[in-house]
Amino acid sequence: MSVLTNNLDLFLRAFGQTLQLFAISGVLSLLLGTLLAALRVSPVPVFRAVGAAYVTVLRNTPLTLVFVFFLFGYPLLEIVKIEPYTAAVVALSLYTAAFVCEVVRSGINTVPVGQAEASRALGLTFVQMLGNVVLPQALRSVVPPMTSTMIALLKNTTVASGFAVFQAGTIRDSLSEQGENVLLGLLWVAIGFVILVMPLTYVQQTFEKRWSVAR
Amino acid sequence: MTAASAPPMIRMAGVDKFFGPLHVLKNVQLEVPKGQVVVVLGPSGSGKSTLCRTINRLEPIDSGVIEVDGQPLPAEGKELARLRADVGMVFQSFNLFAHKTIVENVMLAPTKVRKIPAAEARKTAMELLERVGIANQADKFPAQLSGGQQQRVAIARSLAMKPKVMLFDEPTSALDPEMVQEVLDVMTSLAKEGMTMLVVTHEMGFARKAADRVIFMADGEVVEDSTPEEFFSAPKSNRAKDFLGKILTH
Repeated sequence: MSVLTNNLDLFLRAFGQTLQLFAISGVLSLLLGTLLAALRVSPVPVFRAVGAAYVTVLRNTPLTLVFVFFLFGYPLLEIVKIEPYTAAVVALSLYTAAFVCEVVRSGINTVPVGQAEASRALGLTFVQMLGNVVLPQALRSVVPPMTSTMIALLKNTTVASGFAVFQAGTIRDSLSEQGENVLLGLLWVAIGFVILVMPLTYVQQTFEKRWSVAR
Repeated sequence: MTAASAPPMIRMAGVDKFFGPLHVLKNVQLEVPKGQVVVVLGPSGSGKSTLCRTINRLEPIDSGVIEVDGQPLPAEGKELARLRADVGMVFQSFNLFAHKTIVENVMLAPTKVRKIPAAEARKTAMELLERVGIANQADKFPAQLSGGQQQRVAIARSLAMKPKVMLFDEPTSALDPEMVQEVLDVMTSLAKEGMTMLVVTHEMGFARKAADRVIFMADGEVVEDSTPEEFFSAPKSNRAKDFLGKILTH
């Protein structure tokens, strides 16, 4: 217990950073992922190809390599200089968006095709059809896998440890410098993640209940 | 009937459609003048549903011309959406929006496509629901209604767009027998008011009573094109005689 109490400030600051990384990347990846899913089901072949190519590249690349690119490769291109923290957000968002895209797309596929046909027959445009009819219904079946994707994102933030971005994954390094028991410290980090994930599970249950409609 | 100079509401010329190697529409010629009620009959697999769905381009065609009110069908995009807004369609499986209440189903397209203010759209929607006899169910969800009620809502939803023409793709085929009549009654009253209608159906009673004209299709071709009296009393082709023999004797 002393590992935790002696370093409470470190733990709180580190988990605060983890939460911030998660929240920003979570929102960005949900937005980008939904946009990508819209591309992948669009009637325009070029859009579908772009969406498919994005998912193929980002989903098949190890997250560590995405980090390597944005923290070490990208600066060499000398386009716009970004801080390591921003680079971490970009890497996490782009990577997770590929998974969000596939979750949303599978949700879209659960909506009967007649719903889209009725929308089109009424004169709704593709974007209106997606926004007003298909996505709201797709959301219901998307909640459990989307929660899993978000939990994975939360834990993936620790990959930033290898790139000198301060968050819960770097607690070990700080403890080690101070001569604390590192293994005990890591146990507390693990418990910290469990505590962070539990509310997500609760959010999942709430949404599942709210969106379960008679069918 | 309208003046001879007015373009037909629907014009199909030389329309061909393939599903892979299957030739589902063969050189279809069809003109429907404004205000006419056309019933399309035929055995299953004859291409009558496909014909209906090509008119608002839910099924693209491989060759030929389709015009609605003198305007050729545009390619997929905003232009096509505008044209579809003027063409009502009622499906066999109703296709009401499952996550929206009955009145919201009727209001959605007028508010999103026609940009009508919500209050006004709601008022019109309630009037239409009153007309099809479901105003008291306005705040329920589609799954809480019977099939016949759902199909009447679907008709109201189409009418809310004030369409120039209505397409019905087997509107009573998924209904329990006792619910067929309530839907046919709504369709008959629409026909009497002068709505241009193209109805794919197996309801011979409706064809006799409400149709101005009967089209008989077989194997993707329009085989007969005549009045209901003529078609039912003196069909010309063997295919039609065979078809009528099968449905009228059971």
